[in-house]
Amino acid sequence: MTTTKTTGAQAVMKSLVAEQVDTIFGYPGGAIMPIYDALYDYEDAVKHILVRHEQGATHAAQGYARTSGKTGVVFATSGPGATNLITGLADAMIDSTPLVCITGQVDSKLLGTDAFQETDVVGISMPITKWNTQVTKAEDIPAAIAKAFYIAKSGRPGPVLIDITKDAQFGEMEFQYEKCTTIRSYRPKPKLNSALVEEAATLINGAKKPYLLIGQGIMLSNAEQELLNFVEKSGIPVASTLLGLGAFPNHHLLYAGYLGMHGDYAANVKTNECDVLIAIGMRFDDRVTGDVSRYAKQAKVIHVDIDASELNKIINADVGVHSDAKEALTLLTELVQEKKHTAWLQEFRDLKKVEVETLQKSTDESFSDEIKMEEVIKMLSEITKGEAVVVTDVGQHQMLTARYYEYNKTKSNITSGGLGTMGFALPAAIGAKFGAPEKTVVAIIGDGGFQMTLQELGTILQSEVDIKIIILNNRFLGMVRQWQQMFFEKRYSFTNMVSPNFIALAQAYSISAKKVEAREELKENLLKMLHHNGPYLLEVMVAKEENVFPMICTGASVSEVRLN
Amino acid sequence: MEKTYTVSVFTENSIGMMNRVTIVFTRRHLNIDSITASESEVPGVFRYTIVLRTTRQQVDKVVGQLEKVIDVIKAFVHEENDIVHQEVALYKIRTETLTNGDVEKVIREHHARVLTVDPQFMVIEKTGHVEETQLLFEKLRPYGVLEFARSGRVAVTKPMKELSTYLEEI
Repeated sequence: MTTTKTTGAQAVMKSLVAEQVDTIFGYPGGAIMPIYDALYDYEDAVKHILVRHEQGATHAAQGYARTSGKTGVVFATSGPGATNLITGLADAMIDSTPLVCITGQVDSKLLGTDAFQETDVVGISMPITKWNTQVTKAEDIPAAIAKAFYIAKSGRPGPVLIDITKDAQFGEMEFQYEKCTTIRSYRPKPKLNSALVEEAATLINGAKKPYLLIGQGIMLSNAEQELLNFVEKSGIPVASTLLGLGAFPNHHLLYAGYLGMHGDYAANVKTNECDVLIAIGMRFDDRVTGDVSRYAKQAKVIHVDIDASELNKIINADVGVHSDAKEALTLLTELVQEKKHTAWLQEFRDLKKVEVETLQKSTDESFSDEIKMEEVIKMLSEITKGEAVVVTDVGQHQMLTARYYEYNKTKSNITSGGLGTMGFALPAAIGAKFGAPEKTVVAIIGDGGFQMTLQELGTILQSEVDIKIIILNNRFLGMVRQWQQMFFEKRYSFTNMVSPNFIALAQAYSISAKKVEAREELKENLLKMLHHNGPYLLEVMVAKEENVFPMICTGASVSEVRLN
Repeated sequence: MEKTYTVSVFTENSIGMMNRVTIVFTRRHLNIDSITASESEVPGVFRYTIVLRTTRQQVDKVVGQLEKVIDVIKAFVHEENDIVHQEVALYKIRTETLTNGDVEKVIREHHARVLTVDPQFMVIEKTGHVEETQLLFEKLRPYGVLEFARSGRVAVTKPMKELSTYLEEI
């Protein structure tokens, strides 16, 4: 290995290049200036996207990571720059998204003195990063970065933060880069216990009503094909968590629907009727399980997860397999018998029919003139054949998109699941486009969430990001309003939302925009948006007081999912 | 049912490690009764001994989440019968109280030892379980205890693979 004299800041750039980083989302500031100075020499090799707020950088990096399958990289300065990363770090942590965030820090001699823009970001971010560290010497930079990339991407992925003091950035060192491939205290790849998989296969082979729940773990382990092989051989219906959407083509006959609080009727109800429940790469979030004491009690539970602490955390598994999804699925497919569960599948279809009829009836009656959110989503799904990358924010539009967009491509559903971060979608869509430049990226956002991070319109302008933005404007914080209606006697406490002229706003950023208020204008404008060359904002005025159903109310069981 | 559990955590020696270990408890709103940390029999590997009252279910989940912390090598949970444990307590009392023959009797009965005697004060040491060191404190209190300090628990396990063997395995 050749060594050359280099500064810590240059070492950061060389290390990133050694990790094949091609895109960085960031914002400069005092304590990270040496690194930005080094970045200036890498304009050809590395694309740097200047965001408008550091939170936007983290969400953009998340969007990038989720569409590209690579690790998202963020630069921010010390103090407020670093604290602005916190929401994104927490979001990436709970949604298992690999990020490497590099923050500048004050000179090591000033640490702990309340220096200008000093903040203990390592202390603050400890519970919301998979790992973090502070580097105070130039020579420690390459090893820290190598370790960061290894930790972020391996095992159950997550965000990592490296805080580099300004003197470490200026310091000189002999540059040498070695990729990290092992850490004594960290074993990301569990050894598959084949006896447990055999036990699982025996349960599955004996099952009359087996049911498979999948999560994002399928995509994180690139096990989409293995999942398809397993499902088609075993004939088991598959339902997905919010983050698992896209891992299994929704148009497949064995696709049983979307799980959880606002999930599909059959997908929820059947959880409490199956005899063997197989959960792979999902973590039984409370929004999926409802009341855990009444969750799948009749079933034998097989749980496969790469994170050992998820096994038996919420739901006790009869067979808990600590494994990578791909490896477990490959072996499981060999061991299961070929079957067709025709009658069992018909039960799902019968419930689907009940759901469609009931929902159709209730929405028709209440909102015949106004555009409903799901109309927009269904139409978008049809036009794009379920093949666009769809980025959603948080709230009613998110749940309706999860239900009505027919995700047929992997890594095409980008949303904030675990943390439920409003303001996620706009910056995440920017990153998603850089992660998948060949794909159509559509951000669907509510009028509330859009106003949380709308400054990123400036990023779209400056970096010419070709994303399509749909604002579903119901003039309310819809999800909270729905709960106020249902559980707080319609006391609409601070959920009505007055918005600016979004069209004028978009135009101020040179983004073409159009407002749609009538149903008959919807299709042509969706088409116009999708065919437009460059970014486009479409504001759709939707029914003010639409409610999202089905719904499992807090404390209810999955089998008590309500249709109205 | 809540019981006393001892958690042993083996970690790398990195800055902020104590914080990384304790926030896992904080997050679940669990109060730590005592914590000690020092280098283990393996150079560079630190051993944390944490005592808390909680349910088996909670403590098992905490241990699972402790093991997720990158610099944690391994964590174990022990019930009281699984371990041999000890604490050390120091009692500072006025030397003049020795003129009262009862103090000597108390020291003898409790198998405590005198570490140092200064014209003004003396320091008595007692190792044992918390009940024992507490009892001695209660006995000495009438004579005036100027200072009392007690360590957290240190513990070794009865039925456990030695960590060095475990480290060789990985």
